[in-house]
Amino acid sequence: MTFNILSILPILVLAGFGMLVLVVDVMSARKLGEKNLLAYLSLAGIVIAAIVSRNSTATTLFSFNETFTIDNYALFFNILFLLSTGLVILISHSYIKREDINHGEYYALLMFSTIGMMLMASGADLLNIFIGLEVMSISIYILTGFKRSKLISNEASLKYFLLGAFATGFLLYGISLVYGTTGTIDLRQIASFVAGKGGVKDPLLLMGMGLIIVGLGFKVASVPFHAWVPDVYEGAPTAVTAFMSVGPKAAAFAAFMRIFLTAFGSSHYEWQKAIWILAVLTMTVGNVVAISQTNIKRMLAYSSIAHAGYLLVALVAANNMGVSGTLFYLLAYIFMNIGAFAIVIVLSQKGDVGMNIDDYAGLGFKHPMLAIAMTLFMFSMAGIPPMAGFVGKFYIFSAAIKSGYVGLAIIGVINSVISVYYYLRITVIMYMKEPVRDFHPLTISPLIVVAIAIAVVGTLHLGIFPSKVMEIAQRSILTLR
Amino acid sequence: MSVPILSLITFLPIIGVFFILSIETKRQELVRVTAMIISSVVFFISLPLYCGFDSRTSDMQFVEKLQWIPSFGIQYHIGIDGISLFLILLTTFITPLSILASWHITKHVKEYMIAMLVLETGMIGVFISLDMFLFYVFWELMLIPMYLLIGVWGGPRRIYAAVKFFVYTMAGSVFMLLAIIGLYFLNHRATGEYTFNLLEYYRLELSFAVQFWLFLAFAFAFAIKVPMFPFHTWLPDAHVEAPTAGSVILAGVLLKMGTYGFVRFCLPLFPEASRAFIPVISWMAITGIVYGALVSMVQDDLKKLVAYSSVSHLGFVMLGVFAFNVQGLEGGIIQMVNHGVSTGALFLVVGMLYERRHTRLIADFGGLTKQMPVFATLFLIVTLSSIGLPGLNGFVGEFLILVGAFKSRILYASIATSGIILAAVYMLWMFQRVMFQEITHEENKTLKDLNKRELVILIPFIVLIFWIGIYPNSFLRKMDVSVNHLLKQIGEKTHIVTNVYTQKKGEQSPANSDLKIDIVSDDKTVW
Repeated sequence: MTFNILSILPILVLAGFGMLVLVVDVMSARKLGEKNLLAYLSLAGIVIAAIVSRNSTATTLFSFNETFTIDNYALFFNILFLLSTGLVILISHSYIKREDINHGEYYALLMFSTIGMMLMASGADLLNIFIGLEVMSISIYILTGFKRSKLISNEASLKYFLLGAFATGFLLYGISLVYGTTGTIDLRQIASFVAGKGGVKDPLLLMGMGLIIVGLGFKVASVPFHAWVPDVYEGAPTAVTAFMSVGPKAAAFAAFMRIFLTAFGSSHYEWQKAIWILAVLTMTVGNVVAISQTNIKRMLAYSSIAHAGYLLVALVAANNMGVSGTLFYLLAYIFMNIGAFAIVIVLSQKGDVGMNIDDYAGLGFKHPMLAIAMTLFMFSMAGIPPMAGFVGKFYIFSAAIKSGYVGLAIIGVINSVISVYYYLRITVIMYMKEPVRDFHPLTISPLIVVAIAIAVVGTLHLGIFPSKVMEIAQRSILTLR
Repeated sequence: MSVPILSLITFLPIIGVFFILSIETKRQELVRVTAMIISSVVFFISLPLYCGFDSRTSDMQFVEKLQWIPSFGIQYHIGIDGISLFLILLTTFITPLSILASWHITKHVKEYMIAMLVLETGMIGVFISLDMFLFYVFWELMLIPMYLLIGVWGGPRRIYAAVKFFVYTMAGSVFMLLAIIGLYFLNHRATGEYTFNLLEYYRLELSFAVQFWLFLAFAFAFAIKVPMFPFHTWLPDAHVEAPTAGSVILAGVLLKMGTYGFVRFCLPLFPEASRAFIPVISWMAITGIVYGALVSMVQDDLKKLVAYSSVSHLGFVMLGVFAFNVQGLEGGIIQMVNHGVSTGALFLVVGMLYERRHTRLIADFGGLTKQMPVFATLFLIVTLSSIGLPGLNGFVGEFLILVGAFKSRILYASIATSGIILAAVYMLWMFQRVMFQEITHEENKTLKDLNKRELVILIPFIVLIFWIGIYPNSFLRKMDVSVNHLLKQIGEKTHIVTNVYTQKKGEQSPANSDLKIDIVSDDKTVW
């Protein structure tokens, strides 16, 4: 029985701070001024968890009977999750006050959800990954419906919950089939079983693998398992949408890669075809449908589907370049996407008014700094240098070509061009249209400014000086197989 | 080199952006002056490139090399040879004059000047990059400011034109990106080294099939940028809607990136595929020449006329480049500069007319000569230079190109020559309708002649027009070795023509007599 407290220290810290926030919230329920404290407390939790994670880097740690592992891969993702949650807390602070949903549970649920993600990235067997996924998802179901007086928020939450539960069922069924055929849920033992048989030949195991793809495909929002995305993204509180579009996606990819590269790595011919189709569908549908959106949240929802498609391209490539490329891309995506949502929050009004893309007309010269930041994020997502998104796409398409998937890379870049159209539209409206409304005096809290600044710096830094992060990403994936 | 001139001229504009950002938005004059000073300083710093350029070697000069993204083998690797030298000088020359020509812009001056300066960085970067990744970064970077220039400060259909420009160019360049990545892995397979160094790629020996596909990907990106005949439709839109300075830079520099790309990448990297594509590219070029000229003839909008004439002129450049001999290539390169100067000046002239009358329709003018004698003189010189009158710059380029084309395929050259005649028709007819005849519109009677600022803008162009026209050797001599080296690279056994040429050059003193004469005498033997 191995048990190493160090391995779960970040999780314990987050759990502790999550509960602390709940307690402080109850104690200070009457004093509204204290509510600021909750945000700072949560941020402190995130920072401490990050520091604690960093301190456990020395070697790969196994814990809980080797069902839980902290390797560089998990560590990279832990930092990634903490970064995204931290940024989301920064952009939430003023938002939940404005929308009158300033309850302590909000921060606690964010942190609990992050714990789930960390479990997913660190799980060395299928059940741990599944538990992580549930912890993460259930917290987000609640967060989605957090604007409980708003019908649209309730609807989104219920939709997400029902479809999510269904997808979880698929995942669990897949896991049980894998267990039934291989007799184990440990990823490395599955790997040796598969290698011993010379690939996945058993139809039941094949089916199990397929069902796992469905379950995780739902979480990363790949087509055809994407139907929930637009409605849920639109209905959820905007800050939660920002959270949903990065954290869970990154966590699902962490699990995806760990399962398919560690456990089924030796039989990648079997699953690459399926993921190939998913990748093409996801990119194409996401980008094409995004063009016709008029609501910025829905547009970003479809754009997030498209980005999942690019990431799936890297998974198809299934080489070291692809995996480290995914890590890099996810980090870049956190900066640009949360940045974009931060600006959406700043520009909308109470009750989430002002979410139409046309509402941004004339922003460019009214609020030049916000507009420049938004332009950076949009160009970055479109993959224009010198922004992070370009380097990420370059990384991923290089990986695809390296593995010989030139056709997939061509489809990818064509999609990139399609995406330019709708990202460009935002800049067209901001800079080239006359304003249709007076921009209400914007009340910008310092925290959200910090978030936008971090996102801008991150987007530019990863675009111009990416080498440091690339090296870390390349080192992080060595333990995967 | 102790002073990193190339980095300096590339990034000085970006540093200038921070200066401008720190100026108050209200102080428009200060913003303009700052931008003007920065771009002028860039121009003066770029002059030592010409003086210090060693025309005896085909190696890259002023080279700077730094590690950038080591894990991918990406370097910050820049340098110039005789091919890129003049395009860089053209860029640093045109940018300050374009800024001067934008003095009348009053809408969002600060942002406008920032876009111009970022654009300059992007343009220079494209011409100096010797690392393919770096090249691509600059290539795309320059899209953003140009897109904003057209979209924010352009004409009535500016949004359509800006988006079309952006999406078109992007569509071409992503395939180039894939081809670059492909080269990267092919190079690794051949040498075991991961690098984006263009000079390393030059040594690659690729099979014909590989060359074919990679050439296609590169050529697609460049053909859109040039633009060659079927891919030209974005150009008239972008030109017509762009503000004057935008048109000048678009015609003067941006289009050259396409032709430069062919010369720098397609020919030396994929020589066999390039040769196989000679008929395709040549026919596209010829179609462009004739089609552009014919369409120009029927335009009633001055700017559109000049835009279509660009399609025609760049057809000549492509024809020269794909003649695969010294005359054709040198003619092509010098014609890139010529077209930048002449067409840039034409757009400026049209812009000056537009500022006075707020119309660009030919029918709205007529008889301006009496009101604006100085303007008329300069306009005439520019027009004649665009037509290719001997003694002016256009002649040198077109002549060399046609000589080169005649060497390789007489049929191509004969058809292309009609383009010159057509050019005379549409340009002179346009000039006649705008400047001569009776004044039919009352408004035209009160037009003012050029002011000092406008003179300052146009005079440098006129000087260059005469300089290149009368003594092209000061340009040709710098590019000679590089062009010959390029031809050697693409394995062309440069025919008898070049032998005669080099022999002659050997005979004569290093002072080099006029190249034109060489070729003329040499030509007669072949004809």
